[in-house]
Amino acid sequence: MSLVFAGVCSHAPGIVGRKDRADPVLRDGFYAAYDRMRQAIEATRPDALVVIAAEHFANFFMNNMPAVCMGMAEHYEGPIEDEAWLGIRRTRVPGDPQLSRALIENVMNDIDLAYAQEWKFDHGISVPLHFLTPRYDLPVIPVNINCQGPPLIPLKRCYEFGRALHRACESVPKRIALIGTGGISHWPATPDSGRINESWDRAFLQRFTANRREELLAYQDDQVWREAGQGGFEIRTFIAVAGATEGHTGEVWFYAPIPIFAVGCTIAVMNLD
Amino acid sequence: MSLYAVQKLIYQLNRDPRERQRFQQDIERVLAEYELTQEERNAIRDPDIGLLYVMGVNGQLLMHYAALRGFEWNAYIEAMREGERKYGPVRTGLYTSAESRS
Repeated sequence: MSLVFAGVCSHAPGIVGRKDRADPVLRDGFYAAYDRMRQAIEATRPDALVVIAAEHFANFFMNNMPAVCMGMAEHYEGPIEDEAWLGIRRTRVPGDPQLSRALIENVMNDIDLAYAQEWKFDHGISVPLHFLTPRYDLPVIPVNINCQGPPLIPLKRCYEFGRALHRACESVPKRIALIGTGGISHWPATPDSGRINESWDRAFLQRFTANRREELLAYQDDQVWREAGQGGFEIRTFIAVAGATEGHTGEVWFYAPIPIFAVGCTIAVMNLD
Repeated sequence: MSLYAVQKLIYQLNRDPRERQRFQQDIERVLAEYELTQEERNAIRDPDIGLLYVMGVNGQLLMHYAALRGFEWNAYIEAMREGERKYGPVRTGLYTSAESRS
């Protein structure tokens, strides 16, 4: 089988935790787009959901920081954040260690990656799951790309990881849905929280949905930092999804800056037909 | 400067409920387990969220530590701004070169 679904979405902690402070029209439109994504994922009858996220020191620290790591656990716990602060109850999410192992072994033909049999979810995964698998009944396989503690994996390697993941998905008899989660431009957890570079975001999403490899890989971290903030390093998760769907284009289902959520809120989906 | 140790302590607190409990019962004992300067110990203990930000603590760590210590969202953002006013620009890490901010 192969990938049956691929898309990207935002994961900022304010999306649920500060929902009452947002413009209700924008927020409800954004939530409706998440729900449309949930229905689209369910319609593809996936056996598992691979979530490529930008982890935020829930599991990985500078004592041993993997560039890319994939989960191989029976189950996962999350979110680690305070339940009231994040607005999401802590729960156990099923994994699929056999499928994880098959995918990891296959990806390793092309890309060195770490694996983890123990993994706690933070908002990077818990916020998307809150909307996309609200019953927590679909096995999840988490992937972390380090976007927080430089040195970071180069963009071209993120794209290559995506390609390798696609080949791995083709090699297993399972229907796999894939999402990348992250912000585009944003300055989270700084005094500039709420700043969003909308034109930068829209230009990035255009390149992403057109899936033009050279244009996506042309971004440089120092330029991203200046124009899109340190949060912009999370484009790595989107670029991995682009690599996994090479040859396909997509469309943006929702984009709107919602400053109290600290990010340009995004739902975009690749057309795999 | 032992920013690494400051961040490691906060990392452990954020992810481990037992470590949080230990910290809340006996802050000094937990602080003593890390190689910290006096300034760092004080900043964690007070807590001085603004100084921790200026020291270069990653926001994905500090955000949760501020919440743990009872900072509501706006108060947390304001504490970082106050830190910059009081102690100057961020000294190291992801948030340096703050002059490029609009």
